[in-house]
Amino acid sequence: MIQGRAWKYGDNVNTDVIFPGRYTYARMEPGEMAKHALEDLDPRFAREVKPGDVIVAGRNFGCGSSREQAATCLAAAGVGAVVAKSFARIFFRNAINSGLLALEIPEAVDVIQSGDKVGIDVERGVLVHGGKEYRFPPLPAAVQEILAAGGLIPYLKAKLVKEA
Amino acid sequence: MGKTFAEKVLAKKAGLAEVEPGQIVTARPDLGMSHDNTAAIVQLFRKVGLKRVKEPGKFVVILDHVVPAASVEYAQNHKDIREFVREQGIRFYDVGRGVCHQVVVEEGLARPGDLILGADSHTPTYGALGAFSAGIGRSEMAALWATGELWLKVPTSFRIELEGELPELVTAKDVILYLIGKLGADGALYRSVEFAGPTVEGMGIPDRMVMANMAAEMGAKNAFVAPDETTFAYLADRTKDAFTPIYPDPDAAYEEVMRFDVGDLEPQVACPPDVDHVVPISQVAGKKVDQVVLGTCTNGRIEDLRLAAEVMAGRPVADGVRMIVLPASQEVWLQAAEEGLLAEFVAAGALVLNPGCGPCLGAHQGILAPGEVCLATSNRNFKGRMGSPEAELYLGSPAVAAAVAVTGKITDPRSLQ
Repeated sequence: MIQGRAWKYGDNVNTDVIFPGRYTYARMEPGEMAKHALEDLDPRFAREVKPGDVIVAGRNFGCGSSREQAATCLAAAGVGAVVAKSFARIFFRNAINSGLLALEIPEAVDVIQSGDKVGIDVERGVLVHGGKEYRFPPLPAAVQEILAAGGLIPYLKAKLVKEA
Repeated sequence: MGKTFAEKVLAKKAGLAEVEPGQIVTARPDLGMSHDNTAAIVQLFRKVGLKRVKEPGKFVVILDHVVPAASVEYAQNHKDIREFVREQGIRFYDVGRGVCHQVVVEEGLARPGDLILGADSHTPTYGALGAFSAGIGRSEMAALWATGELWLKVPTSFRIELEGELPELVTAKDVILYLIGKLGADGALYRSVEFAGPTVEGMGIPDRMVMANMAAEMGAKNAFVAPDETTFAYLADRTKDAFTPIYPDPDAAYEEVMRFDVGDLEPQVACPPDVDHVVPISQVAGKKVDQVVLGTCTNGRIEDLRLAAEVMAGRPVADGVRMIVLPASQEVWLQAAEEGLLAEFVAAGALVLNPGCGPCLGAHQGILAPGEVCLATSNRNFKGRMGSPEAELYLGSPAVAAAVAVTGKITDPRSLQ
């Protein structure tokens, strides 16, 4: 069960404001990346985010550059999930591959406000907010396996070991 | 019911008789491309615990994003990459060869019917030659190195038919900006976008590349222009390898078919901070500009430099304006030098850089200060994209960039004639 506070943003939150291009080719460990998360959108975020907090956003979250750090920095900052009306396709892939839960629940996005308490039960497929439950469809099996392993690289490592 | 381009290519590359939109397939790409981010991909690949790339002949690495190295850190990345590609036997183009998407096309590595995955969001560019090409992340490129395959969701498809002859000084860039403005930044999210119709058929490969490149800015997974005589003539000089074009069936099932007449189109400008915030140039004319950038994977080809020089027509760059020109590749650079274009730009007061991505991603070579305004021929104008989050970035065609450079403000290039 994921539990935390919501950080609410609008439509088309792009990867340049999630993780600025000026750091894209710098050598950073995920912990360092987390310090720059959402730097050009909301400078408070990286300082105040708590493990389990949930980013709630509108349409096309993560559009723009393919930079994987946009997902890695949020996962490393302890973000429990990103809940959006829709995701840009490369960001969605990068999120799963970084072990970051990315859920499309448009009707929940409409009502959740910044600072609200949000709970997510992945096994039951529900998001809980303000005494109401919002259902989401189960993730594809391939995606669930990667998330369970903590991302694509650990997933692949375990798979290759098993095959060997 | 017939099949779309995406459905046919993905079925073939996944070894299946046919596939449906929404289906997840495991496909084997013909080519995997990465650039300066290869250093980070190497680290991820090592974490998997493997020593050798499974099929090194299927990959290419091109250094273009921060070239030549702007810091010790970038230099170390480049050094690590050179060692890795040598050790693994991966095809490699070092700093100075050009922007990855331009180099892949010039080297004949993108061919009709190919499946190409690139660790860069503008990988859809190769759809201009009839390839299926899509952007992926770093971990996914590491996975491709390890296994040679990757899961892909079969997208639904849009067909965008364009008709009308473009007015003078109105370009493919204006068309794609117009379409992004109409459809929105997520208007083609997850979709395969097929461009068709007389306007597209009349375009050369460079203009088709502009269209496919910026399809990424409407959220498309890939873009496609049907290979034709133009494509085959272009490739005849670039590759000796055989290829098998793939065409959508005439009765393919599209999610949507759209038709636009672009015969009366005005030059278009995307206003900060979103690529879909597009207006006809008349609505922003007169806006004062500090910097102009002509180049990038969108508009750094010889045709773009010729057009800009034609619009500038010997006029100097306006006082107080910095004009930065980056040819997209060594080949373009040399051709522009031979035609005297580089000398013309420098004589006008512009700054000509080496081929590369330069200021487009805000890493070096022309970063903006707070409050500054830039018009660029690149493909993104997000907040902070070219440096300060307080700078403003407008996008336009090479003709518009040239008109802005010589007037110091956003100007319709047709008003200078």
